[in-house]
Amino acid sequence: MRRVKPVAWYTVLIGLSLIFVAPLVWMLLTAFKTPGEATRVPPTVLPEEPTMGAIDTLLGNSQTPVLRWFVNSLLAATGQAVLVLAIASMAAYALARLEFRFKKLIFGMIIATLFVPSFVLIIPNFLIVDRFGMLDTLWALIIPGAAGAFGVFFLRQFFLSLPRELEEAAVLEGANSWQIFTKVVLPLSKPALATLAVISFLTNWNDFIWPVYVLFSPDQFTLQPGLAILQGAYTINYPVIMAGALVASIPVLLLFIVAQRYVIEGVSRSGLKG
Amino acid sequence: MAAETALTRTPPVPTGESGAGGRVRRTGTLTPYLFLLPYAVVFCTFVLAPAVYGLWISLHDWDYLLPGKPFVGLDNYKALFDSNSAVYSFWWESLSATGIFTVLSVPLLLAVPLMLALLLNRSFKGRTLFRAIYFAPYVLGVAVIGVLWRFLLDPNLGVVNAVLGAIGLPGDTPWTTALPWGWVTLVGVTVWWTLGFNAVIYLAGLQDIPRELYEAARIDGGGKWAEFRHVTLPGLRPVLLFVTVNTVLVSANMFGQSYLITQGAPGTETRTAIMYIAQVGLSDYKMGSAAAMSYLLTACLLVISLIVFRLFREKDA
Repeated sequence: MRRVKPVAWYTVLIGLSLIFVAPLVWMLLTAFKTPGEATRVPPTVLPEEPTMGAIDTLLGNSQTPVLRWFVNSLLAATGQAVLVLAIASMAAYALARLEFRFKKLIFGMIIATLFVPSFVLIIPNFLIVDRFGMLDTLWALIIPGAAGAFGVFFLRQFFLSLPRELEEAAVLEGANSWQIFTKVVLPLSKPALATLAVISFLTNWNDFIWPVYVLFSPDQFTLQPGLAILQGAYTINYPVIMAGALVASIPVLLLFIVAQRYVIEGVSRSGLKG
Repeated sequence: MAAETALTRTPPVPTGESGAGGRVRRTGTLTPYLFLLPYAVVFCTFVLAPAVYGLWISLHDWDYLLPGKPFVGLDNYKALFDSNSAVYSFWWESLSATGIFTVLSVPLLLAVPLMLALLLNRSFKGRTLFRAIYFAPYVLGVAVIGVLWRFLLDPNLGVVNAVLGAIGLPGDTPWTTALPWGWVTLVGVTVWWTLGFNAVIYLAGLQDIPRELYEAARIDGGGKWAEFRHVTLPGLRPVLLFVTVNTVLVSANMFGQSYLITQGAPGTETRTAIMYIAQVGLSDYKMGSAAAMSYLLTACLLVISLIVFRLFREKDA
């Protein structure tokens, strides 16, 4: 690689970083300002009189139960991640290691849906979810989204890359497919499972259009549609809205910091064999 | 586990070519289907069934709130092309909003992340850190991004105009309330939010290009640009194809940014097709019409994707 002057190089990198980080820092700082200071011209960077006022307002309003939304978001995202891991890993194992009729056709059909735009399913799925009595419940956020093809595709790729010797040794010891799957394949696949869990959690946590239309009562809301409600309710009381955005951001930013490797890995893989 | 009983044990079939990619073990005939079953149930219920059910809905005057849902054949589709119908002008306006957004954002989302990926595709200290920083906005949902930028770009109260004014530039740009500024905002925010995603995919692609190709190019004496054209771009072709098709799909899916930042403003000009479909189908509950719209949009996207595939194939020859 060609040598670059370190000072110039890092100036460019840090300059670019500011573009991405500054808006997020502004969100954080605004959450601790008074409504007046948040929109003052010229703007202040650090809160002159740091206040928990916005956060108190946010948490004290029973019309917008943000803590409840937080718990709902957590339940939905965790629930879906667990469900995806369970059903996608089983299907992926069959597609990677077992022999059966129409295997190629079934796999092809699953993969083809990666290119079906999600909006086309929204209206019929609304009716299907309604028929199951899941409208306005967290189930509507947990189950339908678990049908996505990414998990199956991603885990199948990973299972195919595992060496067969361990599985063959297990067969010699008389293990059946279920035992091989649970005792050999899954333990070897921890990094891939972690990646899929993190990606599923993030995707579900951040989903917007679907919860906006399938949830109706304030108690059932998650944070994302909740933010739209906050924006409508507090219009230009920006510290309260930013405090809400902060609550919706902190868990995923923390998860990203802790599991950065898995997130990046999952995203990289999504492109390679797409 | 109920599945356990059905799993028959069979001795391994000795194979001459163990380890070959395609080899699979023989098992009981039911076993593979039992493994597939849980996913298949969810997949059939929430992907296959709705894909077909939606077509069925689009052939009816399907009002969610009314008991009768009379069959109307292709009327819902015809209405989209009939300038006298109630939906005609709104539909085409929203479709063109999605079109404008896609045409403006896709080139940027192809080019800018590529430049960023090339920048990061060297070895230097802190590379992982910077990659993470540029990717960070992407882990936030569109709702967070939407309310945040609505605030930052508030024409009267936002910090962007305040800063621009302070450094002597016009400080009263109506970022969220007038055109063409609304498009600048929607495209700009989307690029800021999602460029890390494409950059990470590019970066993975770049790392798969064999070093030797670059060394060969250097020996041939081409400059940086020749290297980029003859080594980098051809090496990235499969990745570029994926990124292009995916970015078009995602852009055509745009909803949250318009919903939260411009709210369709100035009038309904920045209301995207998805916003309109959702409003007709899930707020006004005219589901037949909305389903017809979504299939028409899907057909458009299919054609565009095929054209993209074609373009990439022709470069082969």
